[in-house]
Amino acid sequence: MIASRTERYLGIVLLSVATIVTLLPLISMFSAALQPADQNPTGLTWPTDPQWGNFATAFETGHVWQLMGSSLLIVLGVVPVSLVAATLAGFALGALQVRFGRGILVFFVLGLTIPFEALIIPLYYQAQSMGTVNTPWAVIFPLIGLYMPFGVFWMRAHFINVPRELSEAARVDGASIWREFRSIQLPLAAPALSALAILLFIWTWNQFLLPVVLIADPLQRTVAGALTFFQGQYSLSIPLLNAGALIIITPAVLLFLVFQRQFIRALVQGAVKG
Amino acid sequence: MTDRAVAVAAAPRQSDAAPATTTAPPRRAAARAAARRATLAGWLLLVPALGFYIGFVVWPLIQGVQYSFYDWNGIGVARWVGVGNYLTVFTDPDLLGAIRNAFILIAFFTFIPVGLGLVLATLIRGIRYKAFAATAQTVLFLPQIIPLAAAGIAWSWMYAQTGAVNQILGWLGLGWITRPWLADYGTALPAVGLIGSWVLTGLCTVLLLTGLGKIDVSLYEAIRLDGAGWWREFFTITLPGLRQEIAVLVTVTVIAALSSFDIIYTSTQGGPGRATLVPGLSIFRIGFTQSDVGLASAFGIVLMVLVLIVVLPIQRLSRASDS
Repeated sequence: MIASRTERYLGIVLLSVATIVTLLPLISMFSAALQPADQNPTGLTWPTDPQWGNFATAFETGHVWQLMGSSLLIVLGVVPVSLVAATLAGFALGALQVRFGRGILVFFVLGLTIPFEALIIPLYYQAQSMGTVNTPWAVIFPLIGLYMPFGVFWMRAHFINVPRELSEAARVDGASIWREFRSIQLPLAAPALSALAILLFIWTWNQFLLPVVLIADPLQRTVAGALTFFQGQYSLSIPLLNAGALIIITPAVLLFLVFQRQFIRALVQGAVKG
Repeated sequence: MTDRAVAVAAAPRQSDAAPATTTAPPRRAAARAAARRATLAGWLLLVPALGFYIGFVVWPLIQGVQYSFYDWNGIGVARWVGVGNYLTVFTDPDLLGAIRNAFILIAFFTFIPVGLGLVLATLIRGIRYKAFAATAQTVLFLPQIIPLAAAGIAWSWMYAQTGAVNQILGWLGLGWITRPWLADYGTALPAVGLIGSWVLTGLCTVLLLTGLGKIDVSLYEAIRLDGAGWWREFFTITLPGLRQEIAVLVTVTVIAALSSFDIIYTSTQGGPGRATLVPGLSIFRIGFTQSDVGLASAFGIVLMVLVLIVVLPIQRLSRASDS
């Protein structure tokens, strides 16, 4: 590509500005977190006496271990079941091409446009009648359902692109559908599955509305939902609130930095398919 | 059937193609039997996904429609009010204000991120220092990983009287416009909107960058040799080439704008007054604080329909321009 020198320099400058603006809120959180917990902090300053203890205090009084545990529990409830159900359905719609498959696909895809906010009231009363309110199940079951349109759409898009000859050859050889699925289709689906797993993991980990409404005890919510607990706990101390919020977002950020290529590819593909 | 025939004809394989033709009749019969089994098995495979989707999305939706025709406090006896709750949604100034705010947020959640994303993506593409471009891409994407609720907390501190925004304005000699941005009636909504821009710009940039990668490089070389400048190149090649990606991003970000909740909940709680009230927060408050389940459900249905009204034409447009 031919680009003039001014364009290139302009590009570097603008991109640097965008990068700094993106990092600024995180840096400002960090700067606030290191200032004395009992004072009103000031914007971006490196404190003369950085209060690293704020992180320890926030970790302890924020019950971070318990929080991470309950979040992980919800993730483990949502992600595997979603993956299995979406894969089976995607295989049926994409590879087997069942009758009325087109209609079922449209039925699922319509679900992609439903905002969670529109369903939250009936979901609350449903959880109440099922007796799951204030338990992880109140969040796990609906999230599996709410992520299903995307999951099915995603897995179907994978299976429809697998050459038909592969499954035909298997069937002529006398393989059952189950055997074809297990030995041929599933190994080929590994990349699509792991990308979907990554997406479902972040979406569940960061899910806010459902846990806030359906689980009264903030320490049993997802990490994101528990942030309201921090806001209540540290309403008088901006440094501790920022320290707590930073602790909470660190695991996901670290995970992202390690797997950033996969994360970005998954989200971008997800957007294109969605 | 025809698709498959074309595919096989287009890519004949050397060795295993020959035996396949000699055993054609049994193969076809076996395939037909297999297809019958496949249909039955296929339906069984769909059961778990359909079960969760119908049980926890479709059924609650139907319940929501039912609630929306009643006056119900969640515990006592429900009283049929017909379309009364819907009339309230479209006449109550607070609720109309929430809808208006949601549409204003589209400017910040959609126009700014897609616009900036276009600029940044074209710039990243032109940069020779690959390491710098890759780092910038990773950093820009970071807000997608952080919970929106955390973005709300981070930015409410940025916007505070003693926060970084006012401090930077002071450095720039703009000290006279500093204020507690989220507490000011005039600036609260745009300030909240900019948090959305911060979150979504990275996603837009990265997705548009992927789209740019698919555009034929020779097109760019040709137009440059024609002596076209940045603008003409942008409007004749880049923009049309990214139509699909832009349609997707507009859809995703418009839904994010209309159903914003997390950021507002942790940054302003809808305040000051009702300056940043949005439908998601209204539904939450009416349903769980005021215990007016019918009205909250009706607002939920209205929100869903609004999203459909805005999003479906975008889908149609992108599809029409494709063919």
